[in-house]
This record gives sequence, structure tokens and C-alpha cells, in this order.
Amino acid sequence: MISFIRNYIIFLLRCARIAFIGDWRYYAWMGALTIICLLGLNAYAKQLVHGLITTGMSDEVSWGVYIANFTFLVGVAAAAVMMVIPVYIYGNEELHDLVIFGELLAVAAIIMCLAFVTVDLGRPDRFWHLIPGIGQMNFPQSMLSWDVLVLNGYLLLNVHICGYLLYCRYQNKKPTKWFYIPFVFLAIAWAVSIHTVTAFLYVGLGGRPFWNASIVGPRFLASAFTAGPAIIIIALQIIRNFTTYRIKDKALLTLRSIVQVSMIINVFLLACEVFKEFYSGTAHSASAKYLFFGLHGHYALVPWIWTAITFNLIAMVILSLPLSRGLRWLDVACVLSIIGIWIEKGMGLVIPGFIPTPLGAVVDYRPSFNETLVCLGIWAFGFLCYTVFLRMSVPILQGRLSKTNEGQIESEMYKLT
Amino acid sequence: MSRRSFLRGCAAFGGVTALAASLAPLRELGDYTNTEQFLQKYYKELTPSDMTKVITRIEGEVERQYGIRPHVRDLKPMDGVEFVYALNLTRCIGCRKCVHACVKENNQSRSPEIQYIRVLKMPHGSMDVEKGNHNYDSKQVPEKGFFYMPIQCQQCKNPPCVKVCPVNATWQEKDGITVIDYDWCIGCRYCEAACPYWARRFNFTKPQIPKDKINPDMSYLGNRPRKQGVMEKCHFCIQRTRVGKYPACLEACPVGARKFGNILDPNSEVSYILREKRVFIQLKEEMGTSPRFFYYFDK
Ligand code: SF4
Ligand code: SF4
Repeated sequence: MISFIRNYIIFLLRCARIAFIGDWRYYAWMGALTIICLLGLNAYAKQLVHGLITTGMSDEVSWGVYIANFTFLVGVAAAAVMMVIPVYIYGNEELHDLVIFGELLAVAAIIMCLAFVTVDLGRPDRFWHLIPGIGQMNFPQSMLSWDVLVLNGYLLLNVHICGYLLYCRYQNKKPTKWFYIPFVFLAIAWAVSIHTVTAFLYVGLGGRPFWNASIVGPRFLASAFTAGPAIIIIALQIIRNFTTYRIKDKALLTLRSIVQVSMIINVFLLACEVFKEFYSGTAHSASAKYLFFGLHGHYALVPWIWTAITFNLIAMVILSLPLSRGLRWLDVACVLSIIGIWIEKGMGLVIPGFIPTPLGAVVDYRPSFNETLVCLGIWAFGFLCYTVFLRMSVPILQGRLSKTNEGQIESEMYKLT
Repeated sequence: MSRRSFLRGCAAFGGVTALAASLAPLRELGDYTNTEQFLQKYYKELTPSDMTKVITRIEGEVERQYGIRPHVRDLKPMDGVEFVYALNLTRCIGCRKCVHACVKENNQSRSPEIQYIRVLKMPHGSMDVEKGNHNYDSKQVPEKGFFYMPIQCQQCKNPPCVKVCPVNATWQEKDGITVIDYDWCIGCRYCEAACPYWARRFNFTKPQIPKDKINPDMSYLGNRPRKQGVMEKCHFCIQRTRVGKYPACLEACPVGARKFGNILDPNSEVSYILREKRVFIQLKEEMGTSPRFFYYFDK
């Protein structure tokens, strides 16, 4: 027992240590991220003091980019399973080691999600009111309490799976199946649930016709399963280029087919929604009109949504053509889908739900500078976390950081490339 | 000292300084919270002696901030009472006197001004709120061709705002009033998104009330001053109606368009109206919220 704890602590310490070691590019990247984080922290400190008036939100549009980013990132986190399914259900070995990169991405994404929810709270000092047992959790009535539970559960699951697999690899032991396989399957179901619950957060509101539509749930999943693997593709490309870790083209192409199919479904569901909103022309389509064409002289979201649609369509075309077997084109398509879906879920789903208000007022929303800084800070923090996770896991997976070379601190071992 | 550890020391020092600098605005946090507030229990779990302590704390805070000793009470709902509001759309002239009386009575922030009642100027013949004008600025009301529809919390029988609150900070009381524990709300604004009547207001910043404008007659779930970052809304003037008075908006109405009372009492005015009027309207009836706020017409 004692030696187990000792080994584990040494493992953690070595991981922590390696996070601070790298070449100048690594330092530059981490330094830049840290600066952005601190700027975000500073902006958040201002928000804490003066209140949410420092954001662009109002009683009319009471959720903004914080919740938009949150929604997008829940999708990213959920999509990590799109790597897990082929490996564990279809026994696709190409992706086997890469699963860890996907799950680490999920961990980073959930951390960002939790940060985005926290900065959105008017009274973050009262967060403990949400903790079951000591607080008051309105469960199972409130979808938000569900969300808190499933997100934290998902975080724990993924931390456990990645942590366990990496630690086994570090010790050169074969992982005990029953110690992680059941969790892997649980995580698959859980991933669908975090995203569905997040969709239900919106769908459950009868007073907001734009959200109160059953298509929102499926659209959430489709867009998540596009953007998530797209982000993983980009991350793997970066790993390939900046480390000595070898990733086969075939792995990327497997992911490509996931992005491809999801994007087609996503665009199809969008078309369904557009048809329903505009063909029937009921009073309930006011939000959609505002989003796509502007309403009563207010056009704030129009450029956003058309950018998103254009990006999504171009990405879909590239992905459908054999062209995107070329990895350059695949990168382009992925970046376009990520941006397109980010806009579609944020500016395109959260904001128009509030406009017009239930009493018919049209009030535009524009994120303030301070609010934008807070968002950038959280994104930077997320990148920072993910970089650190990769910095630790790549050498472990390659066997360069393992129990056998404990005590050696040759810089050789820590080399990035 | 080697060059390497020197550099490391510099980096660590720089990091700590930068962290401190970025947190510097927190020095202005002031009376954001204190231990007593932070640890305060949920309203429904407060024992009577806890409540006395809480009330003393609130009275002290108000006195310190506004220089006036308020009288804060924790008024409970009365038995056999269910409040209902009825508003006569034929009479309302859109003068907004109710709006301002409400702000005064309920210690709402004056800057930025928070108003619980929104009066819509509606074109004749339509009940579609989307056709309403929120910001009408007429020299003389009423204007020909329009009617006026004041909207405030409808005290729904089936309130979506209560259902969505993740921490039970808002709930429906026995007498039909949906209240908020301002000391429990975490400010997530989910209820604001859920309310189909746009009745909820959020304190986006620290509320500002001039000292001489404070109404010292306060109740815990009602009009005591709120804090930054919490939700509030119309509560049928709990501090008045639970001791048998009319809401402030009703008393301010110059044309008697507003009627309020106990629906469980067959002799009350509201019971009479709901029994005798041929048509009355629950706003957005299709939402299934079943408001306790009725709009009716004369003839
Ligand atoms: S009108 Fe809105 S705030 Fe009032 S009870 Fe109904 S849902 Fe809640
Ligand atoms: S803002 Fe407050 S009252 Fe409204 S749902 Fe959130 S915690 Fe509940």
C-alpha cells in the first residue's frame, strides 16, 4: 500500500514536472496562453465587483456568449466518445491509443464548461447551494441541476479512464479490463446524456418557441459529432507536427468519415428546421426571422448565421469530395466546421431564443469587451490544460516517461520532438 | 546560483506579480458578502430563532447603507387565502402610475431602474403582445385607436420559473404568490429565460436607491433591498397584502382598473368579477401556466 502511494505520488510529480519543461516554442505558447488567462481573470475580477452589467446581457437577452460557449463545449466533450465507439465496439485498432487524446480533450472541454457556467452566475459565492446534501438541489425538476450532475459525473469518468490507462502505461502494466472497460461503456452512454440534457435545458422552456422544438436535441448531437471529431483531427495534426508521436493517416481518415456523415446530418436537420419555421409562417417564427433576415430593423445576428451556413456548406462539400482525403483539405474542412458550428450553436441558437422577448420586444445583444476577455481567458485556460495533458501523456504513451526510468531527469527524455 | 535557477526564480516571481495584478480589482469588492450571509441557510430550513437573527442582520445592513432603521418582517401566508388579480382593460389608460408606485413601494433599484410592471400600448383589436409598443412616450394618454395592457408577474398556478430553478430559490406559497429567497438565489437567470411573461428582473449591478426613497416597511420575501446578482419580480406586495392591504399598484391606479382579492372568498370583488364577466383572459393561456392574473373588459 505504502509503496503504491509512493509510486503514485512520484508519477504525479513527474507529470507535473514535465509540464514545465519544453523547448522555446513550448514556452512561448504556454507563456502566451498564461497572459491571456490572466487578462481574462482580470476581466472576471471586474465583473465580480461591478456585476454582470459589465457584459452585454440584459433582462431581455439574459444569457449570452458565456452560455453559448458552454453549450458548444458540452458538445465537444460529448464527441470524445466518437473515438471510443470505433475502438471498443468495432475493435478498430487504428484509433486505440488516440482514444486517450480524445478523452483528455473531453476533460479539458468540461473544465471549460464548468468555468463558463461559473462566470455566468450572478452570485458565484453561493455555488454551494447547488451541492447535493448541503445545498438544495431541485432534482429532478430542474434541467440545470441535471446538467450539473451529469457534467461533473462525466468529468470524473473521463479523468478516471485516462488517468488509469496512462498510469498503467507508465508502469508498463496491462490495464485490468474490469477496471476501465465498464467505465468506458458508461462514458459512451453518459456522453450522449450530457449533450441531450444540455439540449433539454432549452427545449424544456415552453415560453420560448424557438427552443421549444424537439429537433433541438438531435441537432445538438449532430453538430457535436461534427465539431468534436473535427477538433480532435486538428489536435492530432498538431501532435503529429510538434512531437515525435506517430499518428497514421488512417486514423485521421476514420475520423474524417465521422465528421463527414455528421455534417451531412447536421445540414439536413438545419434544413428541416428552416422549412418548419418559414413555410408555416406562424407568429412563432419571429426568432428565426430575426436570426436569418432581421426583424423590425434589427439585424445583429444576420451576418453571423450566414457566415455559419456558408462555412458549414463549404465544409460539407469538401468533406464529401475525395479531395478531403488529402490532409490539407481535411484541415480546412475541419476548421470551417468548427467555426461554423460554434456560431450556429452560440449566436445562432442561444441568442435568438431571447429575441423577441415573450412580450415582443426586440433588443439586440452584443458581447461587451470585458465579457469577450473573460471568454478568451477561459479558452486560453482550456488550451493550457489540454497542452499540459498532451505534454504529459505523449511521452508516457511513447514509453519515454515510465517507471523504469524513474530518477533519471535527463532532458533527453523530456524532449518534445 | 546557476543561470537556470535564476531564470526560474524570475519567472516564478513574474507570475505571482502578474496574478496579483490581475486580481487587483477585487479590492473594491466591499460588502459583497460576509460570513453570516455566506453561511445562511435556505429559507425553508431557517428556524424561528435563525430567522430573528437573519432579520437583525438585514436591518443592520439596511441601516448602515441607507441610514434608516427598517422594520423587516417574515410574513407568512394566511390560511384560506389565495390571491388573484383582475385588470380591467377597458379602463386602463396607460398612465404608468402603477409602474412608478411599484418601484417606490418595493425598494427597486433606481439606477439602473428596475420596474416590475410593463405597460404595452396595443393597437385596437389585437391581443398579440408582439404588436405592442413598450416604449411609448405619449404626451397624453389614452391615445385613440389603442388600448393599454399592463403586464407583471402573473403568479402562475403552474409556474415554469419555479420548475427550472436549480436551487429551489423560488417557489410558490400557499396563498399563490411565487416568491424568491434573495439570499439563496445563485443568479443563474434560468427562471428569467423560462418565464413566458417576461416578469423577472435581474440585478445586473449593485442596486442604487436614494436614502430618502427607502420604504422602511419591509418583508423578507418581499421588498427588502436586494443585492447585486440576484433575481427579483412582482410579489403582489407581500408586505402589504399579507396584512390585509391592497397592492401599491392598485392604490395608485387613477381609474380603478385594478382589482385584487381572495378568490377563495365568494364575496370578494375578484370572485364577483370572475363569476359575472362574460369574458376574461389569461394571457398566453396555451402555455398551460394558468395565471392568477386575469384581464377583463366592461361590456
Ligand atoms: S409570470 Fe413568470 S415569474 Fe411570474 S409565476 Fe409565472 S412564470 Fe413565474
Ligand atoms: S436566477 Fe435565482 S431564482 Fe432564478 S433560477 Fe437561478 S437561482 Fe433560481
